[in-house]
Amino acid sequence: MSNAVSTAEKSSMAAAGGPVGTRGYKGGGLAWLTLPALVVFVVFAIVPLVGVIILSFTSWDGIGAIGSAGLSNWLSVFSDPGLYNSLGLTFLIMIASWLVQTPISLLLGVFTAGSQRYRAALAVLYFLPLLLSSAAVAIAYKALLDPNFGLATGLGLPLLAQDWLGVPQLAVGLVIFVIAWQFVPFHTLIYQGGVRQIPKSLYEAAQIDGAGTVKQFFSITLPQLKYTIITSSTLMVVGSLTYFDLIFVLTGGGPGNSTRILALDMYLRGFRANLMGPASVIAVVLVVIGLVLALFLQRLGGKDKQSSQLEGL
Amino acid sequence: MSTTLTSAKETTPTPPATARQGLGFRMRRLNIVGGLGGWMWLAIIIIPVYYIVITSLKTQSGYFGQNPLAPPSSPTLENYQLVLDSDFARYFLNSVIVTAGSVIPTVLVSFMAAFAIVRGKGRFLKLVNGVFLMGLAIPLQATIIPIYLMIIRFNLYDSLLALMLPSIAFAIPLTVLILSNFIRDVPNELFESMRLDGCSEWQTLWRLALPLTRPAIVTVAIYNGLQVWNGFLLPLVLTQSPGLRVLPLGLWTFQGEFSVNIPAVLASVVLSTLPILVLYVLGRRQLLSGLTAGFSK
Repeated sequence: MSNAVSTAEKSSMAAAGGPVGTRGYKGGGLAWLTLPALVVFVVFAIVPLVGVIILSFTSWDGIGAIGSAGLSNWLSVFSDPGLYNSLGLTFLIMIASWLVQTPISLLLGVFTAGSQRYRAALAVLYFLPLLLSSAAVAIAYKALLDPNFGLATGLGLPLLAQDWLGVPQLAVGLVIFVIAWQFVPFHTLIYQGGVRQIPKSLYEAAQIDGAGTVKQFFSITLPQLKYTIITSSTLMVVGSLTYFDLIFVLTGGGPGNSTRILALDMYLRGFRANLMGPASVIAVVLVVIGLVLALFLQRLGGKDKQSSQLEGL
Repeated sequence: MSTTLTSAKETTPTPPATARQGLGFRMRRLNIVGGLGGWMWLAIIIIPVYYIVITSLKTQSGYFGQNPLAPPSSPTLENYQLVLDSDFARYFLNSVIVTAGSVIPTVLVSFMAAFAIVRGKGRFLKLVNGVFLMGLAIPLQATIIPIYLMIIRFNLYDSLLALMLPSIAFAIPLTVLILSNFIRDVPNELFESMRLDGCSEWQTLWRLALPLTRPAIVTVAIYNGLQVWNGFLLPLVLTQSPGLRVLPLGLWTFQGEFSVNIPAVLASVVLSTLPILVLYVLGRRQLLSGLTAGFSK
């Protein structure tokens, strides 16, 4: 990023000192080119963002007139244990997903980046879940989990024949598993790209020093993947706030409220219970959590991304 | 005999050779562990996929009577016929319209904006760039209620256009970011020579920058296309008529109506994935690089 900015500065400086006649050619005359994108973005992203804050102080049933509500939505939502249930669940699924997906995707990324033919062939199959929509994945899993006609019978594993969607703890575990099934391929892809960018010379040097594969993994691969890990983790953590589609179709938030994450809580309050005010409060909470997490993870990445990545070369 | 062999082995190799041998051995052992893990993950991925495909080819009685993982004894395409009769062609067409109607404008306006941000100067363009960067952090879901309100007020509720406009808006920030990174990589000398030839910036935009950034455009188009194609929340909230359902929504309602007919439900899953599977088979590399657009850099 910093690199890109500096090259941009360089090119504009070169132009300023360039041949006569360049002036007035470059200047701000291009600004209008941004207008179409800017207008659509402001109207359908920035205005709704401001709008959701305003709506959190109003009462609206989704059809009738919108009335002022003062702080009542905020007070009622924050005194509702349902919010804390959803908050806790959102963070639980976020952390569990990270813990499950990161090691698997990292190892698979290293594995598929290898040069052997069979690994490339396996990789083609690994990425299949990427082709399915969340709705398709959820619907397929409902069928797969059928205790009589699903996988449990097919594989002869009675252990799998549980009431997955009926027992709260099992439903949470199932959601975490299905999320991993759907998203590990995506992160594997990111790690595969990261591993391929590690200079070969580092491994050659380590081999001359007599470092084994395990040692090489911990002293070269892992440190070199630092920024890939941060990128993947950011996408995983911020993305986990938006697992709405999958959970909505798979469990609908149930049994009870046991898989009702924040995004689902917002939808159900707004579009099922017709309480748009309280739902907007939840939406604001979602925005704030997303922003805080994104900023925090960016801080972890540090500023000097380019230079530090090339250290030790 | 054996003793002489081993003693010969022990004495002949030079130190670096033993080191390499030891390394080779360790590597092979790790490869076995890695390979085992690799095959295990394959099973986790492929068994569900296999189940979905074979079940979609079974008759109802085959589904209830056979082992779930056994291939269908009398494979049938009846389920697919049933799915197609349930208006899936319509859903498919709607998905194509919404995806194309979102991706093409997104790429077009983002490309123009990215070009201006890279080539132009001034406080306004810096501000615009800042606004787009901030936009990367806004989650679409959190703005769905005001979007619903606005779409109603604009008289766009229950139309395909209602799905396109927010999709375009939320795709713009990342698209601008990726495209501007690529336009920055175009050597300045090329822009200079265009100028010496007397081309305006508008001509430079289409004749130089566009052809040179084509790979990046394909990449972002694929990424945005998949996001829109698989999108569920916008259609769920902003449309109502059965005739306006896009594939993921159609899939969900079909599952609701035919929940007792699992083979048919799974046939609908396969059918809805088919277009993307065709893309995957034809252009795997581009599809995958499109998926990680801007993230793997």
